[in-house]
Amino acid sequence: MLTIPEAIHRAVLEHARQGFPLEVCGILGGTDGCVKSHFPMTNTDASNEHFTMEPREQFSVVKALRAEGQEMVAIYHSHPESPARPSEEDIRLAFTPNVYHLIVSLLDREQPVAKAFSISDGVVEAAEITIAAG
Amino acid sequence: MNLTVNGKAASVAETATLSVNGLLDALNVAQKEYVTVEVNGDIVERELFSTTTVKDGDTVEFLYFMGGGAQ
Repeated sequence: MLTIPEAIHRAVLEHARQGFPLEVCGILGGTDGCVKSHFPMTNTDASNEHFTMEPREQFSVVKALRAEGQEMVAIYHSHPESPARPSEEDIRLAFTPNVYHLIVSLLDREQPVAKAFSISDGVVEAAEITIAAG
Repeated sequence: MNLTVNGKAASVAETATLSVNGLLDALNVAQKEYVTVEVNGDIVERELFSTTTVKDGDTVEFLYFMGGGAQ
């Protein structure tokens, strides 16, 4: 189960909305599935259909998390014009182990929907999201 | 050879020249073609994985490509 503080959940949805029509991406840090930090990342593809994180930013975030006693809990990205479920590309490129994949759909831009998944070796499992106060 | 890998101490068999590629193999890193590597703060270009060497005391970071798409 992925637990996200309400403020971070709202910030992720807003990041997706602000980035429209492009895909946005980011990293959520924390411990044991509980999110404590939010890092919007650069989508170097600057695309409506793809995202790639910038490696220097990735290293920087990983080190910052480590310094805070946190780890990468989830990777998120938006689907500006498709549902909140992993695409074939998302599944094929899900290499990082032990992280949730949070996908924000902007099919309804006024009511974005975020869903979480575990993806391992091509197997996708929906994960429950709990929105915590704070 | 003692290294720091992703913030943790790691020990690998001492060789005269251990390449980044060799280190990833020694660490049993899966799908290493999708890994980005940093040695002592500098990103190593993938085409230099075989020729860039690491030495005792180096700090190595690696992480996987993070990307995807909506289609």
